[in-house]
Amino acid sequence: MSSTSIEAPAASTGNAVSVQATTDRVSSGWVLILGATSGIARALAHRLSQDGHSLILAGRNQEELTRLASDLRLRHNVNAEVAEFSALDYASHPEFFENCIRQTSGRLKGVLLCYGDMLPQAATEKSFDDARRVIDVNFTSAVSILSQAATYLEERKSGFIGVISSVAGDRGRQSNYTYGAAKAGLTAFTQGLRNRLYKSGVHVLTIKPGFVATRMTAGLLNTKSPLVASPEKVANDIVRAIKRRRTVLYTPWFWRPIMALICSIPESIFRKMKL
Amino acid sequence: MMSADSLRGTSELLSGWGNYPRELCRTRSIESWQDAENAVQSSNTTNVIPRGLGRSYGDSTLTQDGVVLRMGHLNRFLAFDPESGVLECEAGVSFAEIIETFLPQGWFLPTTPGTKFVTLGGAIAADVHGKNHHVDGSFGNFVNRLTLLLADGAIIDCTRDNDPDLFWATVGGMGLTGVILSAQIQLSRVETAYCDVTYRRTRNLESTLEMFTATHQSYRYSVSWIDCLAKGASLGRGVVMLGNDASAADLPRKLAAAPLKLPRRRAKTIPFDFPSFALNPWSIKAFNTLYYAKNRDRREFVDFNSFFYPLDGINHWNRIYGQRGFVQYQALFPTETAHVGLHQLLERIAKSRQASFLAVIKGSGPATQGMLSYLFPGITLALDFPNRGKATRDLFEQLDEIVLEHSGRLYLAKDALTSADTFARMYPRLSEFQRVKERVDPNNRFVSSQARRLGIVTGLELNQSEAVGNSISAGAH
Ligand SMILES: Cc1cc2nc3c(=O)[nH]c(=O)nc-3n(C[C@H](O)[C@H](O)[C@H](O)COP(=O)(O)OP(=O)(O)OC[C@H]3O[C@@H](n4cnc5c(N)ncnc54)[C@H](O)[C@@H]3O)c2cc1C
Ligand SMILES: NC(=O)c1ccc[n+]([C@@H]2O[C@H](COP(=O)([O-])OP(=O)(O)OC[C@H]3O[C@@H](n4cnc5c(N)ncnc54)[C@H](OP(=O)(O)O)[C@@H]3O)[C@@H](O)[C@H]2O)c1
Repeated sequence: MSSTSIEAPAASTGNAVSVQATTDRVSSGWVLILGATSGIARALAHRLSQDGHSLILAGRNQEELTRLASDLRLRHNVNAEVAEFSALDYASHPEFFENCIRQTSGRLKGVLLCYGDMLPQAATEKSFDDARRVIDVNFTSAVSILSQAATYLEERKSGFIGVISSVAGDRGRQSNYTYGAAKAGLTAFTQGLRNRLYKSGVHVLTIKPGFVATRMTAGLLNTKSPLVASPEKVANDIVRAIKRRRTVLYTPWFWRPIMALICSIPESIFRKMKL
Repeated sequence: MMSADSLRGTSELLSGWGNYPRELCRTRSIESWQDAENAVQSSNTTNVIPRGLGRSYGDSTLTQDGVVLRMGHLNRFLAFDPESGVLECEAGVSFAEIIETFLPQGWFLPTTPGTKFVTLGGAIAADVHGKNHHVDGSFGNFVNRLTLLLADGAIIDCTRDNDPDLFWATVGGMGLTGVILSAQIQLSRVETAYCDVTYRRTRNLESTLEMFTATHQSYRYSVSWIDCLAKGASLGRGVVMLGNDASAADLPRKLAAAPLKLPRRRAKTIPFDFPSFALNPWSIKAFNTLYYAKNRDRREFVDFNSFFYPLDGINHWNRIYGQRGFVQYQALFPTETAHVGLHQLLERIAKSRQASFLAVIKGSGPATQGMLSYLFPGITLALDFPNRGKATRDLFEQLDEIVLEHSGRLYLAKDALTSADTFARMYPRLSEFQRVKERVDPNNRFVSSQARRLGIVTGLELNQSEAVGNSISAGAH
């Protein structure tokens, strides 16, 4: 239990993942978390270690990852390893992934892509470098690292890949369309990947969070708003969706109808709206 | 919608546990050490103040023209030695989390306040005490090392040996020397999750105080609830609770099967602020009379949750005081003046008919070296008052006079109303503290509304253009 749930008990009353799925239970085995310092990833790491998973925590900030790993070991008595991963250093991805396989002695069963980058829309309009960073971190790098993961799991004929995209990818809006476009690309890529890996029994989950109270949104959202979810709630939803082998997860659930509504507005009207 | 600020914050109406005062503050959740460094260095604010779980009552975690750093997400356990019980963790770890993780392994907090929903950082910054203060002293005694983020951005290891001044200014220093990022503390070994508790009713203040003196040696834990509405010959009557850690061999068979397991209890929740008429002299009187009558002398095994944290069983219990909130008055009298001082204080309170049902007294032992730490040997009394604005402030002023007259002092973690003048007279080591502050934080990067009010931090003007809002004192005008 995190301390936020102590201060605001209501925030973390997500459904406990007690329902046993009929198929592949997410229990034990190694899971690789890419971008493990992210707010959602931290909550996921706790949730997964409660189920007894061993974790590889990958990211840029080794000191932070080491602290997170110590915490998971002490709290949940699980294996937690740290690995250096930089999304934009594509050339390093094959070796990085090989090391992960080696580190887990071939028992890597799942990969969760949790990193992402959101720069202000205005910045991406003024500076192509900024726009490119948003596209490359959220999309290009995912193509690179997910291809590694897909090939490996496809050969093993089992396992799962969970990818955090965003509701922002469902429709381009003037307030956030560079990020939205990158996430739209990511969503389409994971759709194709799911299709490709179906026959090998590898499960691919596309995760579309709405507003989540993390560093990415600090100061942008009113965390008390009912539209803003805690990372713990989102993590619970993700783990349950993996257990149930769902395909596309909106989290919290109400973003599915909200986005359906937003997507149903004709372009001729949408272009006049301020969204 | 977004700006490229390195320190975006959310504005929210914030208060301590007493819900008074409430101030509109910018807040920022700190999730990594880098976040903390960025916040402390940011040019988008003139000052910052850390906040744990907001269990201090007054304005020690508020700042109107700065940014409140919410530390609760910086809550990772970093290292634990199961041989010695030495634990290193980040400052946002709560006592509840420490218990959840380490009690099953036979380790408990060396001392704990009356709620487990406090952070390690908050416990150090207030140098908190528990029911065992007369034996073990306050929390600072069990801190081996602090990792501090200072105003200039430096992250340093601070111990009582390598920089005793900074160490003892930070322990009890209410967040004003820097951000505690992590700390190494000593847990204490326990065989069970139970205390062996004896309850004794007392007739009056005299017999309550005698009971403390008589049992100081033989009980590690002691505290007394007192009926603050009783007058005359019964003034200060109460129920004294005396306890020791239960050993495994002592436990009845039913409990001995899982001696370190806390019984489950379902927390109840107060769903909304109570209307102001809910607490009135009659309902409070009825409660006190009933409580006294119900508590026969007895001895029983009580689990840690029920013994140390009775109020934690009710979420948001502070809401019973309604919208306007409440203020706690916690005062300490030195042993020599305790009897007379308490007598006068209780008489004054009984006469005011303002007090509420939570009145607690406890004997204290040797002080730590914390410059602004609260307790030294004597007797401390705490009681809650619904906020009635001017009436409450006037009463508190009179109480302050009684406390000063008997060389007593108030507790910073509870204070919301006292004046700079009174505070300075209560804390003779203030200037020593200020010298350390001047050394490590010459530009007053760390400021709280309390520190401003009490003149702990001086030479400040409230920067009106930066203040996001004025104090909203919930009807206290
Ligand atoms: C029901 C109840 C019972 C209580 N019983 C007792 C008791 O028996 N004994 C006792 O001593 N106290 C008691 N208290 C008071 C409580 O223990 C203290 O106020 C404690 O400091 C609260 O911890 P917190 O994490 O909520 O800190 P907060 O209230 O959020 O902050 C308190 C102070 O600590 C500072 N601080 C917080 N985190 C950091 C950090 N990381 N670095 C630097 N400074 C920091 C803040 O700036 C502030 O000045 C009680 C409170 C309640 C609500
Ligand atoms: N928060 C929301 O409202 C929301 C909504 C929809 C979708 N999402 C998505 O959810 C995911 C998790 O985000 P979050 O909300 O938890 O935000 P977060 O806490 O800000 O996490 C962002 C993460 O991305 C990592 N990262 C950024 N650039 C990187 C790079 N070049 N290489 C490697 N790692 C990099 C960061 O690592 P460092 O710690 O090293 O900086 C951090 O771990 C992201 O994909 C985000 O787009 C979030």
